Amino acid sequence: MSGVRVLVGTRKGAFILTSDGKRERWDVSGPHFAGWEIYHLKGSPFDPDRLYASQTSGWFGQIIQRSDDGGKKWYQPGTPPGEPTTMPDGTPKGESNKFSYDTSPESGKPLTTHQWYDGTQHPWEFKRVWHLEPSLTDPDTVYAGVEDAALFRSTDGGQAWQELAGLRGHGSGPKWQPGAGGMCLHTILLDPSNPERIFIAISAAGAFRSDDRGKTWRPVNRGLKSQYIPDPKAEVGFCVHHLAMNRSRPSVLFMQLHWDVMRSDDAGESWREVSGNLPTDFGFPIDVHAHEPNTVYVVPIKSDSEHYPPDGKLRVYRSRTGGDEWEALTNGLPQRDCYVNVLRDAMAVDSLDSCGVYFGTTGGQVYASADAGDHWAPIVRDLPAVVSVEVQTLP
Amino acid sequence: MIRVILPFHLRTLAHVEGEVQLEVESPVTQRSVLNALEARYPMLCGTIRDHVTQQRRPFVRFFACEEDLSHELPDTPLPDAVAIGKEPFFVIGAIAGG
Repeated sequence: MSGVRVLVGTRKGAFILTSDGKRERWDVSGPHFAGWEIYHLKGSPFDPDRLYASQTSGWFGQIIQRSDDGGKKWYQPGTPPGEPTTMPDGTPKGESNKFSYDTSPESGKPLTTHQWYDGTQHPWEFKRVWHLEPSLTDPDTVYAGVEDAALFRSTDGGQAWQELAGLRGHGSGPKWQPGAGGMCLHTILLDPSNPERIFIAISAAGAFRSDDRGKTWRPVNRGLKSQYIPDPKAEVGFCVHHLAMNRSRPSVLFMQLHWDVMRSDDAGESWREVSGNLPTDFGFPIDVHAHEPNTVYVVPIKSDSEHYPPDGKLRVYRSRTGGDEWEALTNGLPQRDCYVNVLRDAMAVDSLDSCGVYFGTTGGQVYASADAGDHWAPIVRDLPAVVSVEVQTLP
Repeated sequence: MIRVILPFHLRTLAHVEGEVQLEVESPVTQRSVLNALEARYPMLCGTIRDHVTQQRRPFVRFFACEEDLSHELPDTPLPDAVAIGKEPFFVIGAIAGG
């Protein structure tokens, strides 16, 4: 019988939750990397035993961890302890936690500045990896979205990282600015039908698309509106919280904007609002059913100043019409005195026949529904604050 | 033999328990000790000082012989007691956070 593996990143370590296809009984392993912030873990779609994790600390910086056996054993790709730090020809071995912005003359993209909270210009400074996106076809290729916003790629299993500098060097960088959580590149979507195409999102700059494997980029934010940006034709500056797509229809994108739930039917060329009857259209995560491309999930949050569900009721909202019409999913979720948040990367779906939906909260609960959201139950209740949730559907 | 005491999280990364002992040629300085430490434990590169600038990370401090050496220049010789292995060189995570 097939099963699922839920990869949970928290403020104090990583946890791996596994179950068979019924998704009723769960094994919990962890904490892995105890005491460290784990912003994200994700498995290779090509080799499910290959996992990558972003381990980070305000004290000791960024660490990349890798597992080749589904999360039982982890190591830092690069140089094992006691081995020479250089190759026989003298070139340095990979340093898996080295994320250096590309300032080479060859790239033509010198390290510029971005807008700071007070409106002044501020230099780019690497802080952490928010999101790891393994290639759809090669387990050794993985993308990293980082703060301060930039996109990196490794083609050697996470040992060495190179910036795809065409994004940061797009030219609009001086207008990018940090959101409340920092100036982070938090979403990376690889188009399964077109290996040339990549979507990313930055808070607060907006969504960008590359049609040449990440070499060049352009913003795709037409139709987005923000009360903080008076220019109705602004190209960048939008606080996009998350993007989602269904693999069978990659030109249709859904977006949780700071406020507003948005939809694009033309690969980001234009966006329209589909918030419809949501009780509030502020929120962080958004995801799409694995088999029904018009079934979309969001978790409405009261406001950008009050990061908890309206009325103390934790409700996932589902649209079966690609937006505009939404229904509250509450069965098994707390409907009183609940004031947790659900962060942008903390929702995922599996691809079993009856699509499973999962999300984690800042209160440490990870909820699962094995029937596309009709019924929910907690897998675990008392983890540290959950930062990210990813799901692997195992053969 | 130079003795180095790492904070918990860096001991975990380096897969060591207790203090680390390193051969460091004279003169024994912050830089030479950290160079030797990173050569022995490459997974610590970037965790104590920046990969590129080699600057101490802001929330990491260096102590030895009951003195805060964090703001000494990297090539300043460490105290003799550290150089002869009588006293350890401490790498400490600044106390903050929850």
